[in-house]
Amino acid sequence: MENAVVVDNVAKRFRLYKDKHRSVKERVLHPGKVDYHELWALNGVDFDVPKGTTVGILGHNGSGKSTLLKTICGVLQPTSGEVRVRGKLAGLLELGAGFEPELSGRDNVYLNGTMLGLRRNEIDAVFDEIVAFSELEQFIDTQVKFYSSGMYIRLGFAVAVNVDPEILVIDEVLAVGDERFQRKCLDRIKQFQADGRTIIFVSQSPEQVRSICDQVVVLHHGEMVFHGEPSEGIRIFRERLNESDDGPVGASVVDGDVVQGTDVVVAPPMKFVRVTAGAPGTGGPVATHGAAEFSLEIQSEIDVPEVLVTLELISPLGIELSKVRSDELGLAFSLHEGVNSFIFSIDSLPFLDGRHQVNVGLSTPGEGGLFVWFEQAAILEVTYAGKSEGLVDLEIEGRSA
Amino acid sequence: MAETPPIEAGRSQKASRSLTGDTSGVRVVASSVTLRQRFQDLMRYRELLGALVRSEIKVKYKNSALGIAWTMVAPAVQLAIFGVVFGIFLSNGIPDYLIYIASGLLVWTFFSTSLIGGTGVIVGRAGIVKKVSFPREILSIATVGSQAFYLMLQWSVLALFMLLMRHAPDWSALPLVLVGFATTLLYAVALAVLLSAVNVYFRDTQHLIEIFVQIWFWMTPIVYTYQHNIHDRAVGKWFDFVNWLYLCNPMTPVILAFERAIYGRVTVTNTLTHQPFDVLPRWPLLTFYELLLGTFLVGLLLLAFAVRVFSRLEGNFAEEL
Repeated sequence: MENAVVVDNVAKRFRLYKDKHRSVKERVLHPGKVDYHELWALNGVDFDVPKGTTVGILGHNGSGKSTLLKTICGVLQPTSGEVRVRGKLAGLLELGAGFEPELSGRDNVYLNGTMLGLRRNEIDAVFDEIVAFSELEQFIDTQVKFYSSGMYIRLGFAVAVNVDPEILVIDEVLAVGDERFQRKCLDRIKQFQADGRTIIFVSQSPEQVRSICDQVVVLHHGEMVFHGEPSEGIRIFRERLNESDDGPVGASVVDGDVVQGTDVVVAPPMKFVRVTAGAPGTGGPVATHGAAEFSLEIQSEIDVPEVLVTLELISPLGIELSKVRSDELGLAFSLHEGVNSFIFSIDSLPFLDGRHQVNVGLSTPGEGGLFVWFEQAAILEVTYAGKSEGLVDLEIEGRSA
Repeated sequence: MAETPPIEAGRSQKASRSLTGDTSGVRVVASSVTLRQRFQDLMRYRELLGALVRSEIKVKYKNSALGIAWTMVAPAVQLAIFGVVFGIFLSNGIPDYLIYIASGLLVWTFFSTSLIGGTGVIVGRAGIVKKVSFPREILSIATVGSQAFYLMLQWSVLALFMLLMRHAPDWSALPLVLVGFATTLLYAVALAVLLSAVNVYFRDTQHLIEIFVQIWFWMTPIVYTYQHNIHDRAVGKWFDFVNWLYLCNPMTPVILAFERAIYGRVTVTNTLTHQPFDVLPRWPLLTFYELLLGTFLVGLLLLAFAVRVFSRLEGNFAEEL
């Protein structure tokens, strides 16, 4: 298939200056003394975007997402490698960038449109549509400096999607605006997909990526660690996210060696063999305020006098809901050679519906202890019949006083 | 520091994954782009140039009572000052001195404000430069464009003024105005492009250029005359060199051409001594054209150099701003 965008082995180096001398005087006074360290914001990033596909770019803060997007848009030039783009590309790095506050909305539509590569008569043709999409009919001749931030964003998005780009590059812009307008933007993006256009989409929200992307690129510290199916990409993104937040959590450390832990990690002398979560006995879905049980089977090759068992529960949207360690609960566990079973139980589970992720860990106390982590060890399915929204049902009651 | 990134060799399979089919309409983002590609990009965005010039003019006088009339005030005041000082206090005997000085001063003001405004434009519009992709030279060129618009207004007023004073230009020399303006425009664009890029890295450029423009002003025959004050004194080897050096200033042929066409008198009667004297060189018109053509060609080289430097420096704009 024809490629709309080819990112060919792109690398971008930033120099971070400790204290930048910009003036001639300072450059003369401190010749050669330029204090900086280098940062490879992107390194060897290499992928194709076939025409008509939607590619999501995932990565935690500082992973190089925005740098990559700016490079694709041509705002930044790569230090080495190149980006080749076929067709008109509209970049939404920031909605309303390039608006002139003193000018009216009408003038800004023309200014912004030409900036995105349209001809004047082409803007004339879509002008009414832009105004209609932005819902700013009454204010189009008002100076943009009097616009609210929501109006600003609406006009920016309306111009960008109406410049009729073959490739649309969007940087987390859907996180702004009210819910109705967000939905309108998403509908527009789906329309774009149906028209067979190419979209490159950056988001912090894996859910959004899952719902609209065909492919996912995961960046981690400037390197592309994954390119392929969204579900697999999201899993890898989550893993890396944990890794960078909590250090060794999400990886297994055995004698100082870091082992990427995505499956049952074989970390002698002990490992998880079976982890289940669900209603006691059946292991099936749990209703909110019902009882839940987590059973962990650990195989050990030796006797261990004291182990700490960690249980972590993640909401469907990736929020850590609870993390407990056996010693904090006042439990003392030990392992004997062979298979050991532990059970954590909850009498009344407050979580609302959804598939909750269960992560478990095993460690020995003290520094340099052994550590085994099992990410996505099990899924806890919760059903909920009530009306509350949010993450938990607190069973709030009321009365008149 | 390593120039090449630490990537394993052999990963780049450039040839095998190029975009299929014809390469027209393919935009390449890389650390270096050819000059030709650069000019093609500029041509593609010419409508943006118009839009930026229009918006700049609109914004500048949006909330002022006198509006666009303000563009007349500064040159009018300057003209009045020079007229009083050199026409009356330190009279140099040039008849219709106001028109002599206006013929050079207006185009000089266009040139100098273009340089000063153009130098700061990339830094001043960092918001756009960091977020939107287009050939950024357009910002510098647009500054020159809006100044050119003001120059046209000022020239119209000058034409009215000349009508009132009953001072006709030299009609046969009037095409010099066109060639002269084209040359000034070329230099203004080239220098604005060059300096706007340099200013991103050396912010002192902004201040240096303001001082430099003042010196340059007095090195150009606007207030005084080239013929009387430079040429006639340049006798002997040493002075010949000075004369030659003076003519190397690209603005000298330009200003001389404007004076030749608009003021239009070569030999005048001194208002003090009532003796005839030369205000302008007695060159045939062809010599003016030749000088301008030479200056223009050098200007083209300067523009190519400026665009080259700009495209080299542009890569780091978004980081430096």
